[in-house]
Amino acid sequence: MTDLLYNLPPDPILERRAAIQRLAAQSLRRRQSFSRGFEFAMAIALIISLIPLVSILYSLISKGWRYLSIPFISGLPPKGYAVLSSIGGIRNAVIGTVVIVGLAAIVAIPVGITTAIYLSESNGRVANTLRAAVEIMTGMPSILLGVFAAEIIVTRMNHQYSGIAGSFALSILIVPVIAKSSELALRGVPQTLREAGLALGARPSKVTRGIILPAALPGIITGTLLSLARAMGETAPVLLVTGYGSGILNLNPLGTMISMPLQIYKWNQFPDPTTSSQEESAVWGVALILVLFIMVLSIGSRLVAARMRRERR
Amino acid sequence: MSLAPNKEASPSEVAERISRSATSDRAYTLITRGVALVFGAVLLVFVWSVLNSAWPVIKQYNYHLLTSSVFSVGNGPYGALTLILDTLITTAIALFFAVPIGIGTALAILYVIPERSRTVVSSVVELLAAVPSVVYGLWGVVVFNGLFKNIFHQTVGLSIFLAGLVLAIMILPTMVAISRDVIAVVPRDLLEGAYSLGATRSRTLTRVIVPSARTGILGAIALAAGRALGETIAVAMVIGFSTYLPHSIFSGGATLASMIATKFGEATTEDLSALAALALMLMVITASVNAGARYLTRKASAS
Repeated sequence: MTDLLYNLPPDPILERRAAIQRLAAQSLRRRQSFSRGFEFAMAIALIISLIPLVSILYSLISKGWRYLSIPFISGLPPKGYAVLSSIGGIRNAVIGTVVIVGLAAIVAIPVGITTAIYLSESNGRVANTLRAAVEIMTGMPSILLGVFAAEIIVTRMNHQYSGIAGSFALSILIVPVIAKSSELALRGVPQTLREAGLALGARPSKVTRGIILPAALPGIITGTLLSLARAMGETAPVLLVTGYGSGILNLNPLGTMISMPLQIYKWNQFPDPTTSSQEESAVWGVALILVLFIMVLSIGSRLVAARMRRERR
Repeated sequence: MSLAPNKEASPSEVAERISRSATSDRAYTLITRGVALVFGAVLLVFVWSVLNSAWPVIKQYNYHLLTSSVFSVGNGPYGALTLILDTLITTAIALFFAVPIGIGTALAILYVIPERSRTVVSSVVELLAAVPSVVYGLWGVVVFNGLFKNIFHQTVGLSIFLAGLVLAIMILPTMVAISRDVIAVVPRDLLEGAYSLGATRSRTLTRVIVPSARTGILGAIALAAGRALGETIAVAMVIGFSTYLPHSIFSGGATLASMIATKFGEATTEDLSALAALALMLMVITASVNAGARYLTRKASAS
């Protein structure tokens, strides 16, 4: 009986099916290996995008490490070393940065948050136009605000190059950033909270101050601190208006001031006179300290917000 | 009979309280709207002031301002053709590298690496955005430029190409963050549908996922381009200042923004007007690119 089965002639349909299965398996293998190759290429893209960050951090730390000391941060440059030198320190630039950004923040934070409150509560034509303007301003090249500040404060008001002109440019730069992120945070508060407040008889202003603002506060703080981090690293607007050559410590924002980014930029024109090597220049110390300031602000912003959210729960 | 002391406010008191809070409410509306509108007015003054200080040069040079390639600081003549070309070329080089790498990175973050490392990897890539542009410039001049010379065994040096590469790195976080967000909202059904039809992962991603996120990715590219067009300080540091028409991408150049930054300090009154005209061109270009980006990202999130 079984012999009979073995002696049957080969079934053409079965043979064709086997051939097709072979072909299909081949094609599947080919497509799968192509797919694996594609995934590999994407992983390579990811690695390529990580390389610059690693390289930047590595060069900042390896070249700037030895300048990371209290005397360098708090010291003053010797007379005659106006822009940058490894002798002495950079107190003038640290204080300049803090004063310029601080003054900008004092104006920009209230204006930005108030604008955000207005934008988050209105949907009229005026509000929509302003919203579009704010959004386009967040992508405006920062140098344009330097040109603006120079025109208004230096040319029209005939004031000298000064720290306050830099603050003016920076504040206009960051108001849109604060307004946009705060508006998002305010709009993220559930509508039911506002309705509950109104149902209890609270006035709209009271609801905003007492309910909506506190609920949106973590988001607002994150956005604000991030915008300050951005302002701290900005060079272009400050470059045009603060006047730089001064190596003298100046606490008065009405006079010329230098900031850390400006010092780094000017190093290109006036290299560190105390060393001829690009690698050993004090410019790396300034860059490392600047990046540390910025990292503290931007990581801090996330921690503060996360902590506030956790406490609420 | 004696009544318990009435703790409720008399009707007149209630009315007074309501009217007082109504006043404070009006004041509050006035203040928020007022501050917002004053800021809007400042933006108008900003545009007006740049236009106003550019006006003398625009009136004098007319369309030659756009078509002439000679821009000489120190009382002219002023023509921005070289600067506009260099701005466009550096941005094109930056996009050429940043777009494929950015989209690839976004796909890798979403579909290739393990899910729990996703947040960490994305925030590490976004750290690039926190590095100030002057530090990119410094790194570009000293480290990247040196690396370049070592690899190609020639003195490429500071050039339009180097500026384009540094810009590519600077816009990468924008590219990655936004394309990741728009790709992440593509409905999961599409992915599962493609898988169930037997499509491999690469085919699903390139034929289904990326095309569905097309509008959003275009928005990301426009935003990144806007950033590259207006970037000033890093470009000014690595482009190797030159105002001649570029004969190759390995020669020096100057973009609209880098020109303003480099020459503002030594400018005469007339130069200031010409630089303001450059600022105006930059404003028009970046505002329209950003408006386009806004339109595209809106459209992507609406659909």
